[in-house]
Amino acid sequence: MSLEKDLLVKPLTARINVAQPQELKAYEASGGYAALRTAIKDLKPQEVQTKVKDANLRGRGGAGFPTGVKWSLIPMGPDSGAKYVVCNADEMEPGTFKDRLLMEGAPHQLVEGMIVTAYAVGACTGYIFLRGEYVVAAERLNKALAEARAAGLLGKNILGSGWDFDCFVHTGAGRYICGEETALINSLEGRRANPRAKPPFPQISGLWGRPTVVNNVESLCNIAPILVNGSEWFRNLSQGKSKDGGTKLYGVSGRAKRTGVYELPIGTSAREILEDHGGGMKDGYKLKCWLPGGASTDFLMPEHLDLAMDFDTIGRAGSRMGTGLLTVVDDKQNMVSVVRNLEEFFARESCGWCTPCRDGLPWSVKILMALERGQGRAEDIAQLERLTRYLGPGRTFCAHAPGAMEPLQSALKFFRSEFEAGVAKTPVAA
Amino acid sequence: MSTANTPNTVKLADLPKAQPFAFSDAERHEIEHELGHYPDGRAASIGALKIVQQHRGWVPDDAIAPIADMIGISAAELEGVATFYSLIFRRAVGRNVIKVCDSISCFLTGYDEVKASLEKNLGIGMGQTTSDNRYTLLPICCLGACDKGPTMMINDDLHGDLTPQGIAKLLEAYK
Repeated sequence: MSLEKDLLVKPLTARINVAQPQELKAYEASGGYAALRTAIKDLKPQEVQTKVKDANLRGRGGAGFPTGVKWSLIPMGPDSGAKYVVCNADEMEPGTFKDRLLMEGAPHQLVEGMIVTAYAVGACTGYIFLRGEYVVAAERLNKALAEARAAGLLGKNILGSGWDFDCFVHTGAGRYICGEETALINSLEGRRANPRAKPPFPQISGLWGRPTVVNNVESLCNIAPILVNGSEWFRNLSQGKSKDGGTKLYGVSGRAKRTGVYELPIGTSAREILEDHGGGMKDGYKLKCWLPGGASTDFLMPEHLDLAMDFDTIGRAGSRMGTGLLTVVDDKQNMVSVVRNLEEFFARESCGWCTPCRDGLPWSVKILMALERGQGRAEDIAQLERLTRYLGPGRTFCAHAPGAMEPLQSALKFFRSEFEAGVAKTPVAA
Repeated sequence: MSTANTPNTVKLADLPKAQPFAFSDAERHEIEHELGHYPDGRAASIGALKIVQQHRGWVPDDAIAPIADMIGISAAELEGVATFYSLIFRRAVGRNVIKVCDSISCFLTGYDEVKASLEKNLGIGMGQTTSDNRYTLLPICCLGACDKGPTMMINDDLHGDLTPQGIAKLLEAYK
């Protein structure tokens, strides 16, 4: 299939070349920066917003908030002052490895998405908040930005329009909490990455107190294709599998045969993702349960595999689609150990701002470790259940601890006997 | 209780004088470049810490005040930032820093065995540096290469599909 046709089916990955990504010339030859030219020449900023809204693009960072709606909350008009576009490229959700592919394999597509987004909301500056470990992505994005700047696609008076916008890569220095959008803004301002109270939402008061739109890498990479091929084309990419529009980067990690990232219509079933694309479980391993999209999503069981992987369907099944990359747990694993690993991660990455999270997460780890050693106490399981409520939604400053409780509560629901097996036969001294 | 002359007490004046911290030209130039990206100097705090670390391997205590001066915030505020982020090293590290992913996908594909092999080959535990200063071993959260688990980074290089048997050979390449 030619690249031109491929781009109509797999707009996110058709151009991907991790060994040698397209430089500006090749990107433009394959239709790159056509969206930016069209937007600046023919469309008002609000018309770009409308096209994205009509495409039914839901944010690909994990929460699934409609991208066009997010943009429409930004104040517009000639007196709206400095505004910012921030790309959340702090990919650190355990089990998630899709944005790395987009940035390493097709950096110009993200850069174009940033510029078009900035045009749509009237932003003056953009920042790609990239996790520090993604050194290859940093180098390639900086090169793409430099090429775009030299070609007049970025910087002062873009394409002779009189509109100025520049964009920089801002690399982080660790800490998962930076992926929370208000913590990310604090980190970008050079502060400790403690989340901020919401409201006000970043669209009203974000970076340096100015209106700011924060979008995930995958969301932004969809923007140029939507403008080039139209909202209806994008909606139809899901092929009726979901009312959401577009393709989605799905993936599989764990003991599966062909782990990796695959671009498929959004709403593709988890079974098709795991069995057809991931090749099923490795020989000698059976599927025990799976996380639909990162460490902060509830476990689902093998009987849930036929569900469509979209935000609403997975939500109704009691979990979240999250980032959409499956982590498969095999039958050789003990769920107490698996959950202990997850909670250790969340405990370590808590920013420490609010008490339930700072103290509750290490407490859950302590209990899980005792159960893992077979030295748990009879009341430990009830205590874990209490923690899932005390650290649940509405009890903490941000979504970190509630996210941490999702795998714990679902593991307790589906695999209670494995936790009970960790209770000591003879009582353990306090 | 008097502590004046107990054998373990060291008088401040007797401590060896540390070399006063001074930016190299390259560090100063790079931090100035970083400052140009933001309307507020504070935003360059993490970048500036990373620049100093890039040149010196870590961020010594006496670097904090000069960096804070340069970006226009207080030393206390910069100290708060420098101690928050896990990739800013506040103690000396070895020539090669090994960061082993201990998050879920790598855990499910053999992290425990890889960690044991690293500790055995290096003779150190997590958070420690070998006595010849060649390696520092650290845990890190998900490296975003879960399809290749277990994974780790050595300096800026990503290594995937690790096996306990392959560790010794891998380490050998880092002098």
